[in-house]
Amino acid sequence: MHQNDSTRRQFLGLAGGAAVLGAVPIVTMRPAEATPAELASAIRSVTGGAAVKTGKVKLDVPPLVENGNTVPLLVSVANPMAPEDHVRSIHVFNEKNPQPNIANFYLGPHSGRAQVSTRIRLADSQKIVAIARLSDGSFWSVSVEVIVTLAACTEEVI
Amino acid sequence: MASALINVPAKAKRGDIIEIKTLMSHIMETGFRHTATGEVIPRDIITSFACRYNGTEIFRADLFPAIAANPFITFFTTATASGKFEFEWIGDNGFSETASASITVE
Repeated sequence: MHQNDSTRRQFLGLAGGAAVLGAVPIVTMRPAEATPAELASAIRSVTGGAAVKTGKVKLDVPPLVENGNTVPLLVSVANPMAPEDHVRSIHVFNEKNPQPNIANFYLGPHSGRAQVSTRIRLADSQKIVAIARLSDGSFWSVSVEVIVTLAACTEEVI
Repeated sequence: MASALINVPAKAKRGDIIEIKTLMSHIMETGFRHTATGEVIPRDIITSFACRYNGTEIFRADLFPAIAANPFITFFTTATASGKFEFEWIGDNGFSETASASITVE
């Protein structure tokens, strides 16, 4: 009896180990997608390594998206649009689409209001980051988490 | 034939902040999709959009495959003078489309 008990424990231990080992390739073999490292390097190519502060920027995206093929996105920056102090550009990134970039928008003091809206694609539930560059050279950002039930981009065409 | 939809107020007071809405019909093929036989469908997207107001560029956007089909973009500008808005979309495979709208500023 005692003997049986120990082999059962060993068996379960082995099975657990195998399950863990089996899970590793699944994680590494996910389809092509931008990794957090790619997101960071895409952000760095915009900021040039400058510090990015949190605030000022607002991202309006539905928190629960049914269809990732068309997701309304509205980005706005709470900053005056005067010649001496305005938003120069807004950059939108994602974490898990095949590419980290979504769009870059270039504005100026004549814009009047730093607000742009468009429709985007999302391949997975993920984080979206918006970064605004002001005329004084500072960067402000915001990030939102979005849950996507039907993914875009990578589905098969029949 | 691609076609554009533009929404610009016909009239505005000088100094008003007006919203401009644009839509260009385009497939925006990402280049990440496959056919059933495993071939990659080549990328075909609009990469750049620009708007000029009486010849001066007031808005520009770089687009990526993450933009949904039929790119819809809205933005704001200050109405300064009567005249013309010119819109331009440039993309893969020599895609190039223009559209224009006029405004009366009082």
